[in-house]
Amino acid sequence: MAETITKNGQEFDVVWKKPNLQKNDMHYCPGCAHGTLEKLLQEVIDEKGIQHQIIGVSPVGCAVFAYDYMNCDMQEAAHGRACALATGIKRVMPEHAVFTIQGDGDLASIGLAETLHACNRGESIIILFYNNAIYGMTGGQMAPTTLPGQITSSSPDGRDPKLSGMPLKVANIVKEFDGTCYVTRQAANNAVNARKLKKAIEKAVDNSLNNRGTSFIELVGNCPSGWKLTPVESYKWWEENMLKYYPLGDLKTEGGIK
Amino acid sequence: MAEKYLMKGNEALAEAAIRAGIDGYFGYPITPQSEVLEYFSKWLPRKGIAYVQAESEVSAINMVYGAGACGKRVMTSTSSPGFSLMQEGVSYIACAQIPCVLVNVQRGGPGLGTIQPSQGDYFQAVKGGGHGDYRLIVLTPNSVQEQADMVYKAFDLSEKYLNPVLILSDGALGQMMETVEFKEDYVRPEFDDSWATTGKMTNRGMNTITSLYIKPEDMEKKNFELQAKYKIIEENEVDYELCHMDDAEIGYIAYGLSSRIVKKAVDIAREQGIKVGLIRPKTVWPFPKDVIKKYSEQVKAYLSIEMSVGQMIEDVKLAIDCKIPVEHYGKTGGIVLSTEEIIEKTKDMLNKY
Repeated sequence: MAETITKNGQEFDVVWKKPNLQKNDMHYCPGCAHGTLEKLLQEVIDEKGIQHQIIGVSPVGCAVFAYDYMNCDMQEAAHGRACALATGIKRVMPEHAVFTIQGDGDLASIGLAETLHACNRGESIIILFYNNAIYGMTGGQMAPTTLPGQITSSSPDGRDPKLSGMPLKVANIVKEFDGTCYVTRQAANNAVNARKLKKAIEKAVDNSLNNRGTSFIELVGNCPSGWKLTPVESYKWWEENMLKYYPLGDLKTEGGIK
Repeated sequence: MAEKYLMKGNEALAEAAIRAGIDGYFGYPITPQSEVLEYFSKWLPRKGIAYVQAESEVSAINMVYGAGACGKRVMTSTSSPGFSLMQEGVSYIACAQIPCVLVNVQRGGPGLGTIQPSQGDYFQAVKGGGHGDYRLIVLTPNSVQEQADMVYKAFDLSEKYLNPVLILSDGALGQMMETVEFKEDYVRPEFDDSWATTGKMTNRGMNTITSLYIKPEDMEKKNFELQAKYKIIEENEVDYELCHMDDAEIGYIAYGLSSRIVKKAVDIAREQGIKVGLIRPKTVWPFPKDVIKKYSEQVKAYLSIEMSVGQMIEDVKLAIDCKIPVEHYGKTGGIVLSTEEIIEKTKDMLNKY
């Protein structure tokens, strides 16, 4: 039975509810998809009714203020250490779903060891990896995921692979581990992709609650401020460059250590 | 009578943690501490208790953060270079006020140093180690028995004050075998975990564990809150042992392994008619300032004895505002103290003062 509400004496079916986020203004820049990720995650938490059974970790970077928006118990982590915290939480709270929200500087650079080992151990956690190919919070420096030729504040002539290597495709690495049960690359650049992202989050939350192994969702995102583009221009760059280098779709849908 | 066991200090420490009701251990191998990890690796999985051999000390301390912030009884252990790696996490834990027990089975440094025992990490243990204005409660066992007893105390204190507690041991105490008895009457004190991240129930707001206070006014407030807590700890948790201080003319001050050797030196000196005594801090933070100050009215001078080039001596001088002479005797780099040299030094001091 669909939920209904009554307004002005008339009954309406509820087709969508605003996620039960905290009543704080988001600090994300105009056009940034970071907030979409948190909204969708909160929608999933609300719809599954698991607010009491989920704990989140937000490490240094633009993700750190997630605890000002998410409406569930949260821990703030040092730069790169989210997957270590999540491991600690999940090991002593095995009935809970545990998620991290991490940027690419956090996950793919300083926290790569923590991330890979958590995936390899098959910790039943949800890793939400917001990859926008740049350090957003510190002002737009080059990240391990920055595209070849991409201009950033610390690669003013564009990323030179001879100096800095090629962008790291973390999802491709972790899909090889037995410990991961779900590895997918999603985006939120339009409503269709946002709906797909939400489905991915639902699946990952189920995996975590049922201790099936690590779920790794890479959200290929944008960073209008770091990219020095308007929101509209950033969407164009996102689609023409990011989605080409980081193609969307499931890389792995089953696994985990049996 | 409790049963007696012959155990290594490292093993006694781990066994005591199990008996104290540990919920999770996260560690990384390093000599001379590895037996702690090995002991847990054998027993915790069998008992269904969380155990992870982490990929690094950096990860281990952050696993402690995550699990401790769920209100669980958790610990990690390491040795000097590993404890240096953990300092980032320790600072975060201190600010986020997460109860947990840390163990540093000290070895000689700096750098990779040596695997032999040392007390060279005193500054790191009591002066901060990581960044920011914070304190650890630091317990200093001097026997295998105390390696066990202080684990219960460390857990209780960490939960009482929501503060990390460090057991500052060393390679000799960790490796030596002695008889040990485990408490039979231990009861875990009541513990309020309403602050912890256990899943947001409808009857409370969300719990956030953080060390991020981006507004300077908030950060200052947090610091004042921490300092107020540290003051209460200083007033209530100082612990020490006195040995022949009543008529001492020279006061020795030594903790941990050094204090055992110094006790022997006191006996030898007394046989020779030399009036010496020992103040042995069992907590080096909070430091037993008052008792050191009290006996400064009586003794001619203090001799601070450590397996380092002289770190605790600074706290001894501060405790008495440099009112009487304080000298240092120590060995470093993994070399253990000699009673003969302590007595030689004492005779020199009696001639001088």
